Amino acid sequence: MTPAIEVRNVRRTFKAGRRTVVAVDGVSFSVPIGGVLGIVGESGCGKSTLARLILGLLPADSGEIAVEGNRLGDMDRKARARLIQPVFQDPFASLNPLARIRDIVGMPLVAQGTFSRAEVAGTVEEMLARVGLTKEMGGRLPAELSGGQRQRVAIARALVLRPRIVVCDEPTSALDVSVQAQILNLLAELRRDLNLTYLFISHNLAVVEHVASEVAVMYLGRLVEREPTETLFAKPEHPYTRALLASVLTPEPGLGVPDVGLGDTLPDPANIPSGCRFHPRCPIAEPRCAIETPPLKPRPAGSVECLLA
Amino acid sequence: MSTLLEVEKLEVGFGRTAAVRGTSFTVERGETHCLVGESGCGKSVTALAIMNLLARNGVRRAARLAFEGEDLQRLDEAGMSRLRGNAMAMIFQEPMTSLNPAYTVGSQMTEVLRRHKGTSQQVATDRAADLLARVGITAPGMRLGQFPHQLSGGLRQRVMIAMALMCDPQLLIADEPTTALDVTVQAQILRLLATLQRELGLGLLLITHDLGIVARVATRVSVMYAGEVVESAPTAELFADPKHPYTRGLLRCVPVPGKTRRDEPLGSIPGTVPRVGPGFEGCAFRDRCEFADETCKHTIPRHLAAPTHDFLCRLPA
Repeated sequence: MTPAIEVRNVRRTFKAGRRTVVAVDGVSFSVPIGGVLGIVGESGCGKSTLARLILGLLPADSGEIAVEGNRLGDMDRKARARLIQPVFQDPFASLNPLARIRDIVGMPLVAQGTFSRAEVAGTVEEMLARVGLTKEMGGRLPAELSGGQRQRVAIARALVLRPRIVVCDEPTSALDVSVQAQILNLLAELRRDLNLTYLFISHNLAVVEHVASEVAVMYLGRLVEREPTETLFAKPEHPYTRALLASVLTPEPGLGVPDVGLGDTLPDPANIPSGCRFHPRCPIAEPRCAIETPPLKPRPAGSVECLLA
Repeated sequence: MSTLLEVEKLEVGFGRTAAVRGTSFTVERGETHCLVGESGCGKSVTALAIMNLLARNGVRRAARLAFEGEDLQRLDEAGMSRLRGNAMAMIFQEPMTSLNPAYTVGSQMTEVLRRHKGTSQQVATDRAADLLARVGITAPGMRLGQFPHQLSGGLRQRVMIAMALMCDPQLLIADEPTTALDVTVQAQILRLLATLQRELGLGLLLITHDLGIVARVATRVSVMYAGEVVESAPTAELFADPKHPYTRGLLRCVPVPGKTRRDEPLGSIPGTVPRVGPGFEGCAFRDRCEFADETCKHTIPRHLAAPTHDFLCRLPA
């Protein structure tokens, strides 16, 4: 079966003055239809750049991206918008503050240029109800809604064209826990009812564990481990994955704060370390890790990139 | 343990908004007291009110507000300045906005000590370097000469912590100190705070929305909702036997790897936090509470579930 998302050897760099930052460095994976791939990693690891590449908001330097079998480069914007849509982190920054909610949600329909005004109005009303907003809220401005309600608007806008794939980039990071739970439940319900595929990017591993069927761990532009969620959480192989999992503070009193055993922050992405790029922070690195590039080692349902795994 | 900070029936209003409504708690020497709640519950305003750093339209009133037995409400601004950054210090969420971008780390750190203790620049610089090393910064001498923008988020927060410790404070108030940081760095910063607190015998008032942090670092927890402490208990007890419907709801909202199941919806609390004005009566949670009835519109009693565990609800334990 054609996968929902197919990414093959994608690379993207940015020029920062005289330096070149490699944000995504040869990443390959696929997501089956109806799956949820969670992508985790620290800030600066390239996960948001990857999201923008898959959405077609940024061109890749090299490599291939296909959505339901259609190469991104072969589609125009309107065709792309009917297949894949984003939900971003900050619903305040991603909604036009001067537009009414119903116009925000209806914009993707209007942009297609093939729907009558009555069709747009009808679909918008249906969509607002679907995400738990009242018809009356359609007449309001984003500033008049709470954070959770604004994120519902962003979801309604993403789904109004009935896309097949939704890229969620930190969709609940700006929300309070009680609202986060509401939004996560809504996303799960919509995925089941509409048979959607999600790419779910988050720094919150507990949230990813709850929503994703598979998890990919990114480090400095590389996908260092990918496994079905249960396997990754039960038997992480990459030392970076282990450190990330160790840093999850579950609400269990008495366990204290774990010693993650990593250095302070990501190294400079404009100056990627030799050999295994994780070796300067790795608690179990050996001398050869600084020299040899770790090969991609396949696993029954995933892969890991570590010399010692 | 002896009481470092006493807050009794603290009220803070901003015009037609009652931000804090009769909050009471204490911070003992050597303990970590967590104020936990969602945005708008009044936890940060409580901290600012203690430090007398409220915005100009903020009005503060309390039955008692005392630090080491000294009545903070009777202190004038000069008296408060003597304490602030000295015996009681504060760490904010976003170190980039609370460090001055135009001054080096060294000049910002030494200023605190020179102002409060009148030490020489040399003594202050030595202490700053010592503290940077203490909070796990390598090459402190080099860092002292750098500007905040030259540091990563984790390093900046370490600088903030070191700066707060310059004058040997008794009480440290940390308002969401790790919210802007990656999870890996968060764990390191929280470990550091816990170690410093233990070794220096600090009283730590930690403000957070993250129940994971609360569980792992707090000695005692006070849950805030709409400006009130709705439940307060020793940490283990609060998580094992939460009494207030809001506390129980919050705990059900958090996904826990291995415990919550993917195909089952998370618990959630319907509705949103109400806006509460002066003169509001009854339980502010009643519109979202499954147990609410008519009596919730009237004054709510505070019940004791155990000698050190109380909660604000019409339903007894």
